[in-house]
Amino acid sequence: MYPAPFHYHRVDSLQDAISRLAELGDSARALAGGQTLLVWMKLRFDEPRHLVDLSRIPGLSDIRLEGDEVCIGALATHAEITKSAVAAAIPSVYDCGSGIADGQIRSRGTIGGALGSADPSCDWPVLLHTLDAVLTCTGPEGTRSIPVSELVEDIYTTILQPAELITGIRFRMPPENSAGAYCGFKRCAPAYPTASVAVQLTLEDDICSEVRIALGSAGLTTVTSKEAENILRGSRLTEANIDKAAQAIVAAAEPVPDQRGAEDFKRAVLHSLVKRAVDIAMRRCQGETIGVHREYV
Amino acid sequence: MSEVIEKVSIRITINGQSYRRKVEPRLLLVQFIREELGLTGTHVGCDVTYCGACTVLVDDKPTKSCTLLAVQADGCEILTVEGLEQDGELHPLQKAFSENHGLQCGYCTPGMLMSSMALLAEKPDPSPAEIRKGISGNLCRCTGYNNIIKSIQAAAREMAG
Ligand SMILES: Cc1cc2nc3c(=O)[nH]c(=O)nc-3n(C[C@H](O)[C@H](O)[C@H](O)COP(=O)(O)OP(=O)(O)OC[C@H]3O[C@@H](n4cnc5c(N)ncnc54)[C@H](O)[C@@H]3O)c2cc1C
Ligand code: FES
Ligand code: FES
Repeated sequence: MYPAPFHYHRVDSLQDAISRLAELGDSARALAGGQTLLVWMKLRFDEPRHLVDLSRIPGLSDIRLEGDEVCIGALATHAEITKSAVAAAIPSVYDCGSGIADGQIRSRGTIGGALGSADPSCDWPVLLHTLDAVLTCTGPEGTRSIPVSELVEDIYTTILQPAELITGIRFRMPPENSAGAYCGFKRCAPAYPTASVAVQLTLEDDICSEVRIALGSAGLTTVTSKEAENILRGSRLTEANIDKAAQAIVAAAEPVPDQRGAEDFKRAVLHSLVKRAVDIAMRRCQGETIGVHREYV
Repeated sequence: MSEVIEKVSIRITINGQSYRRKVEPRLLLVQFIREELGLTGTHVGCDVTYCGACTVLVDDKPTKSCTLLAVQADGCEILTVEGLEQDGELHPLQKAFSENHGLQCGYCTPGMLMSSMALLAEKPDPSPAEIRKGISGNLCRCTGYNNIIKSIQAAAREMAG
């Protein structure tokens, strides 16, 4: 299958990419790993006239710790992040990255592309919600910070301005008494998840002092619920509490029935994934080492 | 549309040999490999980034060549299944697949071999679970996978010497 014809532009600096995208306008797309865009183009869901290839821009794939802040370049691939010291230090980053698609897609797909596609099935954005990540974005008007929770307006639609690009992702290294987990369920490796859940918990003497929960593949955008978080915040994490919070966030979800499952099935999967992720995050807070793998049918 | 699309000059090294060509930007790497260069060992199964039959190594990284433009691989070093054999001798992975019935129709095999190469480069002594994960982006409709796993284990032993 061939994509529709397009002009190819290779750029070697961010400024070049932005001015090229601005000049070419609506019919141009930024190309990162191509693991979403090229598939869409081959299926003719999208027929851009111009591709601006970001992949040779130096310095945009660094993964660093600056003080207690984690900084990940937009062009860092799923594989690079998963193998990084950051993933070794933060288990939920490893859980999330290691279960994205398969080895081939992980070696090309980028975290910036996962965010930029505004696809509610992509895993990184869900995890980043629970880490309160902030995106650095640069466009013709300059550079600004966008909280990850504000990036997506609707399915496949971000608030980015024309020719504005995500250049990096930043979040605070979770403190000692805080831990997260990322759990997902899918039909096989090279398939988007049927449902996924990210959790980040902070415990103080058995009391949950802070919590974030987010659901992926559970609606047109990432699903969060203040109500669910309020049930857990300030309380002891009992089975009853966790179940109540899971019910609250699953009630906020609007899973779309598709070939990955009926709505009720997806709600049932989400419910058990929330309980599992909270349980794992809680035990990690208490110092346990627990490996998490994506589950297949 | 009759707009002229400018071709792009690329230089790609495949199995140690360097090729220069002018290509249309929309040419996929797998088409470059199969149709421009006639190296038909790399297969197309699904054409939608699913089956892994088109897997090649691009600068040592396993890549589905149906989902990479040839222009994106400009300047890269690529290894395809044709590059595994050395001086008429099959690679230990190829021998192991043959000896352990790691293939039936053989359609998935080039992709399986390339994913196995990437796996063994990173984990020279993989567990069965690590092998399953390593080839989880490659589908096989024939073998049921068990003999593929056996083959990769046998090759790992052989390569460790
Ligand atoms: C079979 C298959 C299974 C998959 N399974 C999963 C899965 O389980 N979990 C998962 O999370 N993902 C999955 N993916 C998607 C994969 O992770 C993609 O790599 C990712 O969604 C997009 O990253 P990319 O670098 O390939 O982006 P591209 O395809 O290059 O770009 C995607 C979109 O983002 C825009 N964009 C790219 N970079 C930027 C930037 N820096 N700033 C602003 N906009 C940008 C592009 O213009 C384009 O619109 C799967 C893909 C396939 C083909
Ligand atoms: S042909 Fe490329 S993944 Fe199937
Ligand atoms: S041997 Fe036939 S598809 Fe694998």
